[in-house]
Amino acid sequence: MALDAADLGPATSLTCRECGESYELGPRYACEQCFGPLEIAYDFTGVTRASIEAGPRNIWRYRGLLPVPSNVQDTPNTEPGFTRLVRADHLAESLGMQRLWVKDDSGNPTHSFKDRVVAVALAAARELGFKVLACPSTGNLANAVAAAAARAGIRSAVFVPSDLEAQKIITTAVYGGTFVTVRGNYDDVNRLASEIAGEQEDWAFVNVNVRPYYAEGSKTLGYEIAEQLGWRLPDQIVVPVASGSQLTKIDKAFQELIRLGLVEDRPYKVFGAQATGCSPVAAAFKNGHDVVRPVKPDTIAKSLAIGNPADGPYVLDVVRRTGGAVEDVTDAEVVEGIRLLAGTEGIFAETAGGVTVGCLRKLVASGALDPEAETVIINSGDGLKTLDAVAPVARPSAEIAPTLEDFRASGLA
Amino acid sequence: MSTVSVRIPTILRTYTGGESEVKAEGATLREVITDLDANYSGIAARILDDSGKIRRFVNVYVGEEDVRFADGLDTPTPAGTQISIIPAVAGG
Repeated sequence: MALDAADLGPATSLTCRECGESYELGPRYACEQCFGPLEIAYDFTGVTRASIEAGPRNIWRYRGLLPVPSNVQDTPNTEPGFTRLVRADHLAESLGMQRLWVKDDSGNPTHSFKDRVVAVALAAARELGFKVLACPSTGNLANAVAAAAARAGIRSAVFVPSDLEAQKIITTAVYGGTFVTVRGNYDDVNRLASEIAGEQEDWAFVNVNVRPYYAEGSKTLGYEIAEQLGWRLPDQIVVPVASGSQLTKIDKAFQELIRLGLVEDRPYKVFGAQATGCSPVAAAFKNGHDVVRPVKPDTIAKSLAIGNPADGPYVLDVVRRTGGAVEDVTDAEVVEGIRLLAGTEGIFAETAGGVTVGCLRKLVASGALDPEAETVIINSGDGLKTLDAVAPVARPSAEIAPTLEDFRASGLA
Repeated sequence: MSTVSVRIPTILRTYTGGESEVKAEGATLREVITDLDANYSGIAARILDDSGKIRRFVNVYVGEEDVRFADGLDTPTPAGTQISIIPAVAGG
């Protein structure tokens, strides 16, 4: 695939995160020397608070910091981002905290943070000459890819585990496109996609062969949090961990903002949140290991059920460098977390959000997280996609006949 | 000696003359990789690090099983087994 004329904005090259080998920008994702993941290198010029604030109220306000064409706004995309940052005083009070915000990414076009990464992947994939937008997915990514491809007028090809939540099946299938359920877990689907990517050269698997571009979309979460706090970094942030990419990219965003002088350079702590049934990174953190031993996932938090997280080692690096931690919670605590956030702030999170709230509570209780410091937690998706998780416990208070007598008898007045 | 089939990822196809799937011999994964290297010189050093372990960002599957869940390089490779070498990717 030739790309001599490719315009990928401020992106200049690809660099191996393991051995430092450098490559020209193109459709590659793994280092030819050591298989390490490739990451975008940039030459940022002319990005100021004013230039960002003059941009649209979506992720393209940060296009000067992303590997996308300078005219990215002129092509159809789902235009996610600039989701609300909610001050969560009631949740804070219930946990004995002072200053807490929820970055609520359920407000994106397909109701999860995946719209951010897919929008960047789509823009880069078009520029690199790919014809089909594809992915292996635990559900949210499938939604985002199918929707973005529909909007862009190109074919999508999406692969998911066949035991996925019904809501995520329906909310992917509705956009049309090629949609395949695979009899296996996410890691099996991921492996299949990697093999297909080696055969179908004009298919952009957003999280496989265009992963370096895709992953950069998560930086916009970090930029938005800083901008919405009034160009300030929070003291602490709690991020759900699946592959670990979201957490490491939020840290990358904070580092870039500091380097560009857009925020004050001050310490912040990054915390990771996992479900106990799939907690390889938390286990490595707690055992003091540098390597992440893969596991076979068994948790209701399916969007975090990646047993072999590619960015796991980098999550450990970020968390240890900043003085954070990686915590995990049981499925019962996940459900409690969902109900706590819903009942205190009116935000219905999917299971990943329940994991994050559950871990926040545990981190406060253990003293790992300072209850008086300014804290942001990420809600990465919408509870309507994982209804089954709370269906057994989220029930009506009573069922009555349409009579005043019945209402009085119910004792609910 | 058992003959197995090995799927080669794009970034290693320079070693196999562009072939995406090749045959190799060996009763264990270690023997298979040694045999691969005899035919496609240099390929073992891409899959294994300096201490002879499977590189951190390489996943190897014998049949459907990630060898990290089996016996690693000592995982048996019966005749006819399908082996896949895949760069680590994740996030979905």
